[in-house]
Amino acid sequence: MELFPAFPGPFPIEAMYGKIGLYLVAAIIGFGFGYVLEMAGFGNSKKLAAQFYLYDMTVLKVMFTAILVAMVLIFTAAGLGLVDYNRLFVNPTYLWPGVVGGLIMGVGFIIGGFCPGTSTVGVATLKVDAMFFVAGLFVGIFAFGETIDGILSDFWNSSYMGRFTLPELFGLPTGVVVLIIVAAAVLMFWGVEQVEAMMGGEKPNPAHFRYKLMGSGALIAAAAVVMLIGQPTSADKWERIAAEKQPMLDDRQVQIHPAELLDYIDNDQVDVVMLDVRDESDYNLFHIQDAQRVTQDELTALVKVLLEKPANTLFVVMSNDEENATEAWKVLVAESLNNIYILEGGINNWLAVYDIEPDEVSPIAVAMLPTLKPDPPQGDDFLRYDFPAALGEQHPAAAPDPHEFEIEYVPKVELQVKQVTGGG
Amino acid sequence: MQALTKKEPKPYANPYLAGVLLGVVLFTAFFLTGDGLGSSGGLNRVLVFLEDIFAADHINRTPYLITMAGGARNPLDNSFVWLGFGTLIGGFASGLIHGRVRLETNKGPRITNPTRWMMALAGGILMGYGSRFARGCTSGQGLSGASVLSVGSWAFLPAVFIGAYAFAYFLRRLWR
Repeated sequence: MELFPAFPGPFPIEAMYGKIGLYLVAAIIGFGFGYVLEMAGFGNSKKLAAQFYLYDMTVLKVMFTAILVAMVLIFTAAGLGLVDYNRLFVNPTYLWPGVVGGLIMGVGFIIGGFCPGTSTVGVATLKVDAMFFVAGLFVGIFAFGETIDGILSDFWNSSYMGRFTLPELFGLPTGVVVLIIVAAAVLMFWGVEQVEAMMGGEKPNPAHFRYKLMGSGALIAAAAVVMLIGQPTSADKWERIAAEKQPMLDDRQVQIHPAELLDYIDNDQVDVVMLDVRDESDYNLFHIQDAQRVTQDELTALVKVLLEKPANTLFVVMSNDEENATEAWKVLVAESLNNIYILEGGINNWLAVYDIEPDEVSPIAVAMLPTLKPDPPQGDDFLRYDFPAALGEQHPAAAPDPHEFEIEYVPKVELQVKQVTGGG
Repeated sequence: MQALTKKEPKPYANPYLAGVLLGVVLFTAFFLTGDGLGSSGGLNRVLVFLEDIFAADHINRTPYLITMAGGARNPLDNSFVWLGFGTLIGGFASGLIHGRVRLETNKGPRITNPTRWMMALAGGILMGYGSRFARGCTSGQGLSGASVLSVGSWAFLPAVFIGAYAFAYFLRRLWR
């Protein structure tokens, strides 16, 4: 086992070092978290509550500085290909439950003087009020667990937008959003210090001005760098992993036989998502039942939807032959999708295998049977069959009965369970 | 005052310096594990662990709880529990080094200790409930989500501040 896994991060720590390793890493990160919170004075409820009386806005300064620094580091690393943004946990957006929960928390904050993380370091430094607060947390969390299965759960699950990010919301490149946030936050810090001085808090120390200027300048410069290097496209990402993944294509490890696909369609334990990347007219003539048509341009946008599918999902891309499906496969693999395969020989091969015997179907269906084009177009990825009508998935071969066909094939699918992620 | 150390408490760190360090910790968490920081998720699981000891049947009938402790599942078998444990130790270490580990109650000068404790309990209840409602606390939903540009987290953060500012004036007796 390698000590250092290949970039990009995040790394499969559990697969490499087991649960103990994962929990040790988590505990070390937690140690840093607790240490810094305590250092900033967040074990002290009075210091925290001061934020809301405007004379000491340490909470805002620490939080937003942390967000800026982490954000700039994350998107620099993603831009350089050191970390894969698709595999980072981005809290899914449930807009209104999040806002309502936030409002309740805000009220709890001003009454109780802590939030969950800060009360932990309060307890660690023996603050009695923090101990009462943590007791309250347990009661509140318990109350939530007991009440959420009723009528509230409809609202709690409402306004779901999935993995939805600010660059998507505003239609701006990630780097531009990062730069705007950094610039706005620097202005906010300046404003906050003026307010503190007005409210009888500490006046900004002139001796620190130089450092603040340098720090702000460094952050803005870093954000500008994020904007300049940009975020990698699917093609960039494929370039980085081509050496590792191309052999899977060449050795035909990911091209599955039609019968294997049909067995998985029939398997209740596995969700099959079929992506048909042919053009609309071919798709209308014939497609496998439940296959969804998607153009190459739509693929990248579709990735975030596909990434949210359950772990037992098998993705199969298909085209008339294999060429276009293989291009789509590269995009999806580059975007970190797991369990993705190509239909071997494409729709042409599927029709060759499941060209239903005439005596097994009705006379009408017989009339629908495709015939091999006498003079099929040369080259790859053309539909080699002629259809008398555009039958789509009404065609008998769109949903063959797997039990009627005894076809032997080499099984290639190995379902991988993805790493479970979730916020705290 | 019962201090663990005889030292005078040292002043708190510069907020921007603490923020930079916190940002580095947050980045490290994402870089290594793919997940950010969090506290309420870990606390939730510790709670469910206790519930599971006393009322396993109840958990197996409640959908929200099954995901954490249904059947033979151990709710402590989750990295956020261990992250929370690390937070406790890290906070203690910094407190010890800076002379701030002492049994005390922080409050405004106009209220008694028991009043402060009851308020802390009440605020904790709201915070606990709200943090599960929002699917994460200030660190899990706010810090972590905001740094990876989640829209929900950027809507959530102002809500926390608005909720607190809306009541700050009426509750000033508690703190000033």
